[in-house]
Amino acid sequence: MPTDLPPTVEGPAQREQRDGESAEVAGLDALELAPKRDKGRLGKRIWHSTWPKVLAIAIVLLIWQITVWSEWKPSYVLPSPATVFTDLGNVITTGDFWDGVRVTMTRAFTGFLLAVVIGTLIGALVSQFAPLRAAIGSLITGLQTMPSIMWFPLAILLFQLSESAILFVVVLGAAPSVANGLISGIDYVPRTWLRVGQVLGMRGFAKYRHLILPASLPSFISGLKQGWAFSWRSLMAGELLVIVPGALSIGVRMQQARDLSDASLVISYIIVVLVIGILIDVLFNTADNSLRKRWGLVGN
Amino acid sequence: MSLLETRDVRTDPVVRLENVSKTYGAGGNALLALDRVSLNVRQGEFVCLLGASGCGKSTLLSLVAGLDAITGGTLDIGARKVSLMFQEAALFPWLSVRGNVELPLRLQGVSRPERRKRAEELLDVVRLGDFGDKRPHELSGGMRQRVALARSLAQNADILLMDEPFGALDAMTRDILHDELERIWREQHLTVLFVTHNVREAVRLGDRVILLSSRPGRVIEDYAITHERPRRIDSPEVAGQAAEITDRLRAEVARHAH
Repeated sequence: MPTDLPPTVEGPAQREQRDGESAEVAGLDALELAPKRDKGRLGKRIWHSTWPKVLAIAIVLLIWQITVWSEWKPSYVLPSPATVFTDLGNVITTGDFWDGVRVTMTRAFTGFLLAVVIGTLIGALVSQFAPLRAAIGSLITGLQTMPSIMWFPLAILLFQLSESAILFVVVLGAAPSVANGLISGIDYVPRTWLRVGQVLGMRGFAKYRHLILPASLPSFISGLKQGWAFSWRSLMAGELLVIVPGALSIGVRMQQARDLSDASLVISYIIVVLVIGILIDVLFNTADNSLRKRWGLVGN
Repeated sequence: MSLLETRDVRTDPVVRLENVSKTYGAGGNALLALDRVSLNVRQGEFVCLLGASGCGKSTLLSLVAGLDAITGGTLDIGARKVSLMFQEAALFPWLSVRGNVELPLRLQGVSRPERRKRAEELLDVVRLGDFGDKRPHELSGGMRQRVALARSLAQNADILLMDEPFGALDAMTRDILHDELERIWREQHLTVLFVTHNVREAVRLGDRVILLSSRPGRVIEDYAITHERPRRIDSPEVAGQAAEITDRLRAEVARHAH
């Protein structure tokens, strides 16, 4: 049994000692926390992050222009950057073009959202039940490696030349990535966190709500990002192959430009698709980075 | 001023182990981790479990915490609640420091304003009142461990189990956290079962130091540490008693040489 029990009333000596201890703790905390570094002004930071991108674009344009100057191909097949950007400028200032963008983006978002819902459900089920996992776990990975264009002949037989055929392939392209992201997120919840969950008495739904789901979020976001990339690719393949009457999507317009042998317009649409892809990727990266920053998963 | 009140020291144990054994696996591969371990922890007591590698100290804590089942003997903690702290703070990065401390209260269904108030109190107890809005990764290792302690306290458990909680910290931080833990133990009337392989740490903190043998774990000695608190880890009394225990521990380790 302990012989030295604590005093109930704090004497001056105790208070002094306590204040000293408190200063020690505060001092140590201050020393151990890294001092905040000045990251510089906003303008400077933006410049730092943009100049490599600007340079990259300049290099591409330069190589393109040199190729045109070398007269490797006649200019009606490979037009110069100036011609293309003039055409691009003319195209994107028409309302008609934006109707096409709207058709394509509506398909992209519908397909992607459908893929997220289906992929999440499948991922949750598969990570929950061991037999299911053994049965279709590897199938999901297999589906992921399947080039989505291979699905179109079947999709057209099943759904004819319709929106459904396109959606079918977009979902097949994206859902496995989403499911895989969730499954690996759940699989790799750190053991120590699971033990904390046990100690805190988390069970059933509470365990999912407060531990498993938040812990698998980074992996899930990676899955979403990859899923988006797959669905965007599938969609572009689909728009070139499955032409739904009346829907003048970006893919259809590009196909028309090819039929008219308008190389400048074809390249313009390539640029449009590229820019949309990059913009969406930036969105995903922003989400991913802000999460990593909040979690302290990035270096200082 | 009286030295003999406030802490409710009763003679009946809050943790009672009688001939507790733990075997992992079965048949030829069976591994006996703990062999007929008997020990009692009384209300308000600070008990340190000390041993070399393979003495099953962490196993013992898992058993008391109910994370694992015993394979022999009796383990009785009544209807008491336990909390367990690890070497890693294991705070959740998606929650703020305050959110982490609030989590056990949230799981108990405590209302939002009430749990916020309680979390603030507990953060003050571990002297991190100004850091509630920070994220765990913004704190140092020692501070994170104090948040983990506040989270454990939020569980409002009767028995606090600590599994080498300061093992990954530097000596200075550990020294200061010993003072902090002793203070909080005293103020909050905690009952602590503390596992360590650091002899001085055990003597610095414990009312009793229980020495375990290795492979399998058995109780080989139960030292009462009677030096007056607050103790210093580098005081001659602590060092002297630690030397004695270290000799005993070394003899035990040498037994495994062949």
